[in-house]
Amino acid sequence: MKISHKMKIILLVPIISTASGCASLGVEPWERDLLAKKEMSLTSSAIDSAFDDHIYFSKEASSGGKGFGGGGCGCN
Amino acid sequence: MQLTQNKPNKKVNVKLALTAATSALLGLSSVAQGNETSELDSWSFDTAVLYYGEIDRVTATEAMIGATKTFDDDSILNLKLTFDALTGASPNGAVAQPTTQTFTRPSGNGEYQTPANETPIYDGFRDTRVQLNAQWTQPIASVYTVSGGVHLSKEYDYLSLGLNGSVAYDFDRKNSTIAFGASYFQDTYNPVGGIPNPFSVMIPGSGDEDVDDPTRLGKDDTKTTADIMIGFTQVINRRMVAQLNYSYSMVDGYLNDPYKRLSRVNANGEALDYVYESRPDSREKQSVFAQTKYNFAADWLNDTVLDVSYRYMWDDWQIDSHTVDSRFYIPIGTSSYLEPHFRVYQQTAADFYRPFLYESDDELPAYASADLRIGEMTTYTVGLKYGTLVNGDDELSFRLELYTQKPTNAGFNEPGVLASQDLYESVNAIIGQVTYSF
Repeated sequence: MKISHKMKIILLVPIISTASGCASLGVEPWERDLLAKKEMSLTSSAIDSAFDDHIYFSKEASSGGKGFGGGGCGCN
Repeated sequence: MQLTQNKPNKKVNVKLALTAATSALLGLSSVAQGNETSELDSWSFDTAVLYYGEIDRVTATEAMIGATKTFDDDSILNLKLTFDALTGASPNGAVAQPTTQTFTRPSGNGEYQTPANETPIYDGFRDTRVQLNAQWTQPIASVYTVSGGVHLSKEYDYLSLGLNGSVAYDFDRKNSTIAFGASYFQDTYNPVGGIPNPFSVMIPGSGDEDVDDPTRLGKDDTKTTADIMIGFTQVINRRMVAQLNYSYSMVDGYLNDPYKRLSRVNANGEALDYVYESRPDSREKQSVFAQTKYNFAADWLNDTVLDVSYRYMWDDWQIDSHTVDSRFYIPIGTSSYLEPHFRVYQQTAADFYRPFLYESDDELPAYASADLRIGEMTTYTVGLKYGTLVNGDDELSFRLELYTQKPTNAGFNEPGVLASQDLYESVNAIIGQVTYSF
């Protein structure tokens, strides 16, 4: 069964609204001990990400998603 | 004792020299005597070397140096300089044959041969590239963060100029963030031998600029890429954070690979000649990206962090792709870590992808490309990274990965002699990286 693109976006809407509307989500400022660690940031190594983006941009038909897909090289 | 005193001094000297050089280049206040420590603390540097090598194919070496300065008002300047050198062989798009094949070089001058039963590759690729990125990020009124950057990349046959900007808004005790960003790239392709005329048959001598050549359309062509992105980040609880992005990308202009061609075969699959590929002059891409990070924070798992992301991409070339990317950050003691990495990527073929054309086709299709990168395939990455703190809080890390690309047949017949050829050859690559941050 193939889900249409519109359907996928419609399915995502409740996920976003649930995430943003639920009062029990989140932490108080003094509860950020774990979240403040470098390894918990969403891009914990910008260097690895930049290298990986360049490799996969050159070898596959998709790019971006996490950041901009962009142009940037001839990449034979 | 002397040893431990000397090392930090040497480190400070290197950092001081880099700080002074970068400050001077930017016209920032010089590192005045007595103010060295605070100036040094506000700068951090990343250096890295990456090796990417495919067996019998392309080899790339990339070196990067990045400098980041954090100002007193928490605004951040990030500068990055990247060099890479590419050598080796890349498939030219033609199919393997039971006999030796002869091809004209991309320049149009000279020929090269592919032995029987081997995927035709052009082994003369040699390119160096330099890339410069500058990004300024500024917090405003404690809940907004704005960022802007420029990008420049130049290689022998390609120039890319780019701009980007974004704004992020934090709310709910900074547990939620909505971000909006846009970027614009202007690229110029200046391929060896000029811009090929789509579907023209490659002929020897076609690189001679003095000859009125019907297989060439000019020296260069351009492409623009406009991207917008909307992102939402949410802290779920003390151990977990999640992100969801939607991206839209519009690419216009010259989207062919000027070095790729297609074989034209007879009913028995034998190649008669080779024509340049032809792609549409626009591509509209969209993607949804979701990521979460979870810190187990349990005694038996220490501070192990799971990082999982999924991307779904689709475009008007009818390419759909799924990417699952995961990493485990596993601390070892207080100053080292191991990070296994697994990635699986799967894509469908573009609607104009075809491994070859038939001579008997009464009319050429509007578009056709045999580039395996827009064909059906699955790729796998397995890797391991080891990082450790040295000289106090500097970080040294090593990364080793294996990347496998497995193209598959998207439902095309393989007539006659093609039935015994491997038209979808797998590619294996090794990726090695050393990074030092201080």
